Amino acid sequence: MLEARDLTIQYGDRKAVDTASLLLRPGIVTALIGPNGAGKSTLLRSLNGQIRPAAGKILLNDEPLEKFTRRSIAKQIAVVAQEAELRFPVSVLEFVLGGRFVWASSSGWGWESERDIEVAETVLKETDLSELSGRLMSELSGGERQRAVLARALATEAEFLLLDEPTANLDMSHQATLLSLVKQRCDERRAAALVVTHDINLASQFADVVVLMKAGQAVKTGNSAEVLTPELLLEVFQVNVLVDAHPVSGVPRVTPVHETFRHF
Amino acid sequence: MPVAATSNFPIQQNRATLRKTVVACGALLSALLLAILVTSLVGSERLPSGGALCALVSLGTNQCGLTSDQFDILFQIRLPRILLAAAVGGSLATAGASYQALLRNPLAEPYLLGISNGAAVGTMLALVFFGRLEWSRPLMAFAGALLATFAVYRLARGKVGASPERLILAGVIVTTLLSSVIVFVTTLMDATRIRSFTFWLLGDLSGASRGLLPLALAITITGAIALTFNARSLNLLMLGERDAFDLGVEVGRIRIIVFVVASLLVGSSVAASGSVGYVGLVVPHLARLSLGSDNRISIPSAALGGALFVIVADTIARTVIAPRELPVGAITALIGAPLFIYLLKRS
Repeated sequence: MLEARDLTIQYGDRKAVDTASLLLRPGIVTALIGPNGAGKSTLLRSLNGQIRPAAGKILLNDEPLEKFTRRSIAKQIAVVAQEAELRFPVSVLEFVLGGRFVWASSSGWGWESERDIEVAETVLKETDLSELSGRLMSELSGGERQRAVLARALATEAEFLLLDEPTANLDMSHQATLLSLVKQRCDERRAAALVVTHDINLASQFADVVVLMKAGQAVKTGNSAEVLTPELLLEVFQVNVLVDAHPVSGVPRVTPVHETFRHF
Repeated sequence: MPVAATSNFPIQQNRATLRKTVVACGALLSALLLAILVTSLVGSERLPSGGALCALVSLGTNQCGLTSDQFDILFQIRLPRILLAAAVGGSLATAGASYQALLRNPLAEPYLLGISNGAAVGTMLALVFFGRLEWSRPLMAFAGALLATFAVYRLARGKVGASPERLILAGVIVTTLLSSVIVFVTTLMDATRIRSFTFWLLGDLSGASRGLLPLALAITITGAIALTFNARSLNLLMLGERDAFDLGVEVGRIRIIVFVVASLLVGSSVAASGSVGYVGLVVPHLARLSLGSDNRISIPSAALGGALFVIVADTIARTVIAPRELPVGAITALIGAPLFIYLLKRS
């Protein structure tokens, strides 16, 4: 389990995260939604130790996060973020093998083992990148690159996946493919995932638990039916929404009703 | 679909392997040894090839029919200079390759970032204040290089990280600032030393201080090994500090290792031969172009290739207008500057 307990994170005087709590359990996909500046990414970034909290605790399998070394944290928690601009030619396979760094016997010299290659090939297949493994990252499309970033995170075999807006820049079909892969990892290997997203309907469809954030606080945690209500969404996003059931899956479907629509 | 068929880098396969590294380094090492043998025969004083080769292969235990003057030229003048060229080239190329990975910038280079100038100021201060103590020069050069490294790093790091342009700009600022310090210290010297000093500043192996050769060689070899042993972390740092952190790299620790080891490399080479420019740019670039970006292969290849490059450049420098000599830095800059312009236009 990965748990944030009453976490407060400050940037100068501003509280980006304000006594927020969050629990990631094996097999569960948790979506973190909320308006811009609500502190979603900051909260996610603190969970693997990149941002230090001013107050509160982060517990990794009931032990405080500070007790673990960097390598051991990275072995258990993988992050999928918007990929940084690459300035050196790196092949897709090399990029994905970066996820196997934590499995090396030392942090310095050493070469990938047979198993490292095997795992890389498996995740490349899962993310539909096998054919592109010899290409340079710079030659891929935005969607292919984002899949490579996910492949690298999956290659770590971490129990916890933290995804920071993984579907931004992806088209509809790739959004669904990417989140299906995450869900599959949670179902088959009892991994736990946290997905920060602006796409509420995608969250509704893929997440077992939805956490709604506003001004640094986790205002509501529950299943999509409990969290995605017109009242709560109006309070948090200041937008009137219509919530009905998705005609196929039956999960809540959220449609914003803007002032301008009233004329119709 | 054939893999790697569309790659811009024809020799680059899917990934670097131990076998590929051993083959590349073995080939470069053979070329290096061959270059040492061949360039020992070249110079303003002609030596009989057979005798000289025989003496070299016997590692100086057999005079092989050379006169004692010829023997001394070979072992007291030429060979030490060639070995120093190897140490300087290996050091600068290794330092360049690791700065480039750490700073995520193919243009990072000890000379262009002002780090060589930092080492030069250190060396000069050692010369002026502790002239008799030869070992004070590499020590002060190391301190100067380290200070310049931190200065450039701090200056280049904006709120959004170090952009390539910002890094080069920071390098220019540090370089010009240190240049004015160098001019100031030069005025404290007596006139007869200024000419040799100006040559030294441009990168010159002719006045090579032989006493520093063992130290320079030892630092080059241990430094290149130390950085190669952090190559996997550097591979991830090349993708960005945040990615490297997420993937388990202790970013702060690696940064300190690179700063200290690279400063030692630059310091010892500048103390011995002044600021030879562009080696750290040209050689790692060629290594990556032909062998791929993996630092496990590009750092040791750059070390060996850098040694080879400066040996050849220095041989040109001491023979092209013989019996007069050019500073080797002039030759390396002549090759390096156009490449720098090309890389800058492409980035």
